[in-house]
Amino acid sequence: MKPVDIWVYLSATPLLGLTMTLLVYQGAYWIYSRAGFNPLLNPVALSVAVLVSLLALTGTPYQTYFDGAQFVHFLLGPATVALAIPLYAQLDKLKRLLLPLLGSLLVGALVAIVSAVGIAWLLGASETTIISMAPKSVTTPIAMGIAEKIGGLASLTAVLVVSTGIIGAVAAKYVLDALNITDHSVRGFAVGVAAHGIGTARAFQVSEEAGAFSGLAMGLNGLATALMFPLLYWVFKLLV
Amino acid sequence: MLAAITLLLVFQLIGEAIAFVFKLPVPGPVIGMLLLCLTLIARGGLPGTFGGTLRDTANSLLSHLSLLFVPAGVGVMVHFGRIGDEWLPIAAALVGSTVLTIAATALTMRWLINRGRAKGRSGEAR
Repeated sequence: MKPVDIWVYLSATPLLGLTMTLLVYQGAYWIYSRAGFNPLLNPVALSVAVLVSLLALTGTPYQTYFDGAQFVHFLLGPATVALAIPLYAQLDKLKRLLLPLLGSLLVGALVAIVSAVGIAWLLGASETTIISMAPKSVTTPIAMGIAEKIGGLASLTAVLVVSTGIIGAVAAKYVLDALNITDHSVRGFAVGVAAHGIGTARAFQVSEEAGAFSGLAMGLNGLATALMFPLLYWVFKLLV
Repeated sequence: MLAAITLLLVFQLIGEAIAFVFKLPVPGPVIGMLLLCLTLIARGGLPGTFGGTLRDTANSLLSHLSLLFVPAGVGVMVHFGRIGDEWLPIAAALVGSTVLTIAATALTMRWLINRGRAKGRSGEAR
């Protein structure tokens, strides 16, 4: 029996996609931690690069891989619910900062959508790409739902959401340092509005406070974007 | 552990049901998160051993939050054609918009916090 036959047999079961995802992610995380959590070595970016290369080399279709990896993907739901716990731990600070949080949430949610659509449109992206990109700053299940409703490609939106998360997790430290933002609640909240769960994962590695505010921002921006979207889409259609 | 995971799933399920019944544009897990947070507020926290278990389960799930985005990210391979054709607008929009969003959110929040503090101080002076 050739190794290829074993691969073909195993890749037909969900076990391979799931195990590969866990193994590759832990390898990527090991590299990330050995590098002192350098934001440039983002574990999601590393994992995606390695997995895409492996699938391309072996000629495995994405759907075959996803049949196994969907068990990991599914956990996004309960993980979003679990954000209630760090959120509750920051309740006192949250009450004191209610107005600044809501004000910056509205500004951030608007800037995220309008600037993405604006830049893509100015540089001549296709309509499908622009629509799929619009909800890129909110967490995957929310963004995919929004994109589907307005005629975008949900699977493309998922990719753009993950890319946005990686960019946010990598860039946040440099942008916030340049602006001289030192308060961890502000730093966390800004990352969560712009870069949802991947930004939140990064924020939790920096501090519990940054993580809790990032998780809060991720939930609130999901809410704000989902509510604001129909209105913005209507304005956009009037203008174009 | 099992009870804690079940609780998270039950709240997600309730969230999904509410979103479906009231045709809300908000996804189920986000509603589940809000409901769980309200429950914690109403009950005054996480008492007893179950509270500890729930906290540990949430922490271990959230400490690997970025893992959960990997399967969707690998989906990039399906869209290589489109991304190759439109790489410049896509890359510029993602990087530009993400940096602008982080900066705009942080600056607005800092400005509002400082304004609130300044108001509080002038209020005390009077």
